[in-house]
Amino acid sequence: MSALFDTGEALPRGHVAEAARPATGRGTPAGDRSARFVNIGERTNVTGSARFKKLILAGDYTAAVEVAREQVAGGAQIIDVNMDEGLLDAEEAMTTFLRLIGAEPDIARIPVMVDSSRWEVIEAGLKCVSGKPIANSISLKEGEQAFLAQARICLDLGAAVVVMAFDEEGQADTRARKADICTRAYALLTGIGFPPEDIIFDPNIFAVATGMEEHDRYALEFIEACRDIKERCPHARISGGLSNLSFSFRGNETVRRAMHSVFLYHAIPAGLDMAIVNAGQMDVYDTIDRHLRDACEDVILCRRPDATERLIALAESYKGAGEHTAKAEAEWRSLTVAQRLEHALVKGIDTFIVADTEEARQAAARPIEVIEGPLMDGMNTVGDLFGSGKMFLPQVVKSARVMKKAVAHLIPFIEAEKDRLAPEDRRSKGRIVMATVKGDVHDIGKNIVGVVLQCNGYEVIDLGVMVPWPQILDAAREHRADMIGLSGLITPSLDEMVTVAQEMEKAGMSLPLLIGGATTSKVHTALRIDGAYSGPVVHVLDASRAVGVASRLLSKTQRSAFVAETATEYQEVRDKRQGKGHSPLLPLADARANGFAADPALKPPPPARPGRHVFADWPLDDLREAIDWTPFFRAWELHGTFPAILDDPVVGASARSLFDDARVMLDEIVSGKWLTARGVCGFWPARREGDDVVVDGGTRLAFLRQQVSKSRGRANYCLADFVDAQDDWLGGFAVGMHGLEPHLARFRSAHDDYRDILLKALADRLAEAFAERLHQHVRTRLWGYAPDEALSNDALIREEYSGIRPAPGYPACPDHSLKPVLFDLLGAEEHAGLSLTESFAMLPTSAVSGFYFAHPQAEYFGVARIGRDQLEDYAARRAVALAQAERWLRPNLD
Amino acid sequence: MNARDALLAAASEAILVKDGPYGTAIQACALSADDYGGSLGLEAEQKGNNDLLNLTQPGVVRSICDSYIAAGARLLATNTFNANRISQADYGAEHLTGAINHAAARIVREATDAATARDGVRRFVAGAVGPTNKTLSLSPRVEDPGYREVSFDAMAAVYREQCEALIEGGADFILIETVFDTLNCKAAIAAVREVERDLGRYVPMMISLTLTDLSGRNLSGHTVEAFWHSVRHARPVAVGLNCSFGAEQLRPHVQLLSGIVDALLLVYPNAGLPNDLGQYDEAPHTTAALIEPWVQAGQVNIVGGCCGSTAAHIAAIAEMVRAVTPRPLRTLAPALRLAGLEPFTLAA
Repeated sequence: MSALFDTGEALPRGHVAEAARPATGRGTPAGDRSARFVNIGERTNVTGSARFKKLILAGDYTAAVEVAREQVAGGAQIIDVNMDEGLLDAEEAMTTFLRLIGAEPDIARIPVMVDSSRWEVIEAGLKCVSGKPIANSISLKEGEQAFLAQARICLDLGAAVVVMAFDEEGQADTRARKADICTRAYALLTGIGFPPEDIIFDPNIFAVATGMEEHDRYALEFIEACRDIKERCPHARISGGLSNLSFSFRGNETVRRAMHSVFLYHAIPAGLDMAIVNAGQMDVYDTIDRHLRDACEDVILCRRPDATERLIALAESYKGAGEHTAKAEAEWRSLTVAQRLEHALVKGIDTFIVADTEEARQAAARPIEVIEGPLMDGMNTVGDLFGSGKMFLPQVVKSARVMKKAVAHLIPFIEAEKDRLAPEDRRSKGRIVMATVKGDVHDIGKNIVGVVLQCNGYEVIDLGVMVPWPQILDAAREHRADMIGLSGLITPSLDEMVTVAQEMEKAGMSLPLLIGGATTSKVHTALRIDGAYSGPVVHVLDASRAVGVASRLLSKTQRSAFVAETATEYQEVRDKRQGKGHSPLLPLADARANGFAADPALKPPPPARPGRHVFADWPLDDLREAIDWTPFFRAWELHGTFPAILDDPVVGASARSLFDDARVMLDEIVSGKWLTARGVCGFWPARREGDDVVVDGGTRLAFLRQQVSKSRGRANYCLADFVDAQDDWLGGFAVGMHGLEPHLARFRSAHDDYRDILLKALADRLAEAFAERLHQHVRTRLWGYAPDEALSNDALIREEYSGIRPAPGYPACPDHSLKPVLFDLLGAEEHAGLSLTESFAMLPTSAVSGFYFAHPQAEYFGVARIGRDQLEDYAARRAVALAQAERWLRPNLD
Repeated sequence: MNARDALLAAASEAILVKDGPYGTAIQACALSADDYGGSLGLEAEQKGNNDLLNLTQPGVVRSICDSYIAAGARLLATNTFNANRISQADYGAEHLTGAINHAAARIVREATDAATARDGVRRFVAGAVGPTNKTLSLSPRVEDPGYREVSFDAMAAVYREQCEALIEGGADFILIETVFDTLNCKAAIAAVREVERDLGRYVPMMISLTLTDLSGRNLSGHTVEAFWHSVRHARPVAVGLNCSFGAEQLRPHVQLLSGIVDALLLVYPNAGLPNDLGQYDEAPHTTAALIEPWVQAGQVNIVGGCCGSTAAHIAAIAEMVRAVTPRPLRTLAPALRLAGLEPFTLAA
């Protein structure tokens, strides 16, 4: 059982080469966030989901559990479970389902809302939930005595409680009744010692626009009641079931979504804390067509007597999504030119941008005014929307593309005017020199940060990849930069960043140094970089933080406070680190004695086809099928699991649009044969000697062993444990995507950052897919130890196969310097056109390499911290100086 | 002053010392099957039924208790870790459950009262309630994850029988300890509430979690913080960690818990990890030295020992905490604190 939760040992499929990966792990613990508004998933509710009801009625609990899983993966923060269906034994269904999801750690991690109109069902449900759930709901419907008896049971069983605004007279439908009933319930509950913060009121969301006049004020009364309740009942919370609201527009999804979004837009500031929502049934307020939004607002806020008729009339035109889009499109083309430019920027539409820019130029006194006026205004709107979480990265990058195209159109006119000031000089908020450091070739993350900064009015001087420190310092001086930004993805880049900081110090510089990239961290920045440079050093976690950091560093009023605050924070990190005793390390000999003993009876057979296999051109359409999309979205800072992310209430629209663009580009890549997938793999007789594996002609591969002291029964793993002392085999592979350059050059000349980043991100995914497919081919055919394996793509992504393919530089094998050894064994340069930089980054950039271990007990693990004794031993085994080994293994040393 | 207020008052002045374990102390007495069974005439072999000794060898239990009092412990637990109907059924002794608990509480009550009569220092009796050997959150059948061996209500009834007898025998608190399954603990809390209503008096609780892996989760998968959210409705006078591993491995989890609970913080770790022979060989001064950093950092209020600790360990701990300022009791801002296996907070 404990292995299920042993997150330190089993690693997710992380040996992916090259994607800009943010520092956060897969599940951000909800408790770390002070959520502003809570989405309660409603798809595990038989009254809200026809599909779920069907599954439960059919007794298909396995599929029903998957519904819960999708919901959690899709971002629900609490899941509502309701089994109120006449044909069901609700108590039995509730307890069965809750127990089943309780056995699924990825579902059970979030709290449950036990939802029923029958008290017995709630009570039975609460007794199956091991965390702290919410009971939904109790009320004064049957008087104070029953209400308090139920509340006491909730208190005894440790549940928060939803109280419906319902009393002996019936359900509250006016502001005054809602507030009065809730206030009365609050007094009763706190009177028996119920904690006020565990009380959640549901003041009844009723359907509006039903055609009955007495329903017209329902939404407004709810919103106003929220304010009253919050004032009268300190610490209590407010929730509601959203789908009722739009009940009269069943079948018209566009209108329902708009109504829900408009309602939340007004109810949340009034005090609504959470709602049971269908994640798919929401739009971003600002993206709703203005006519529809106004009409919904009229209905919800009860702003005019004919609001319902008008919405019903308008709703007709939204039946059928195609019409909707065409209509909206035609509409924006009839706006003024300034409005059209703003619309194009916010929506990222470049179809008409050159014509519109030209029209604006002709109307303006000077071409520069078009930039300073409507274009900058539009970009400010984009910046604000991004800053407030209403727009996401892919959209921002598209907006930047539109902006660049408009500016590119204007530049010749500006130059012809002999306006010697470049446009950026006039309005730039600051200038930043950015570079991926020497030895590293990864730039997706850096490019995204550059685009975001440019969108916010900063001038970015991008020096590209593999930039040595003298060039960075020279560029900063030459351009009188206000800041330097360094990026890198592989671990050796961390050291190179320290070098840049040291050189900046020697050069007497004082400008701020920003640090970003997947392997960077606040801790590393504080411990190693901040100490090397006396100017301000700031770690920037992801692109969305870049603007805030830059603006504070360049603000006259905020700078010194921010610098001091950051310095203190890093000092604290250092102090903490200092005082922090590490978990004890075993002496190397003891760790070896506790190594993993692979079962010799399970040793895989020799390869069916030993030797080297070269693949000059693996079919791209095959790789396309094998793409794991989740990391693709993560590269764009859209967090969530594919495909659930497409229906995410917050980022779903963004994710869908990005996914559509990605598929269009994939079509082009495959049909236009833009890329060539080249790879090589090989299998060699091998034997284990201690922690080394000696292959073929005597090449020695030295692996590292876990030294952290393990809890009961866990071994101290080393990759060598999976190879037998005699008569065994080891494999290796290297694959890469060739041919990006001409396309990237084309995109750059078209000022198209969006397609530039998109292609790189897709090439990374295709390289990963290639590694996946090739591994499958190896298992079933070339090595052939699993000839009958038949796994779906999802199962492959979940690694349900036998054997592993750890990559040098990743946790099981953290030393990047094994890559040249692997490349030599494979002849990777000759056979797959792959080469290495001095920091062991692979070129071309979209590439993956690794070893094949076929023993069925082989598993991924992280080496983590090692001791001096192993460092010394390793240096001897690799026959290198201690200092050299120390440099290679620095991330694993204290 | 009632026991809760008296304990809080005492804990505001000094770090209090809890006793050590009965299990390993009894093992050291090397009792025979006849010693265990006494004259009760039970059919099954009783060797290993440590809880039965409250009836058959009260002197042995009393002398262990006295040794901990002499070592400086002021919070004394009863020898009732397995004195519940489920565990006693394994010995065919389930009909004696009530009597065992009643006797156990009386032994410790008399020992502490006698000591107080000698020196005027108030001591406290914690009625120890173990987890039983059944789990409410997990299915014992791999192929049927929805199956449960026992129901919540049945488990609550088991706890209720035990708690009622402990309170009637003279316990000041119910100590729900070694919690590996959070839902079992919730059943115990619900049971104590029923006992309160039955007896018409307030029964303060103490709750102690045990971790089953170093990442800081118990067997039912809850993180330390999620566990706290899940049991906070008990309004325990003290909450903390016991058993699990040695003090060294518990350190990060003590620090975490200390920062989030508005109750006294109670920790009683094992005397290190067992060696290859299953014996605990951590020396008393080592255990005390490992606990000392938490004590100095103001992270604990009550410390004691679990498996492997002896009276010498307790004495070393008592010496170490002498004259150290205890952890101040903290208050928590109101917030909706929910939990799955992980915590979820909706802050104000």
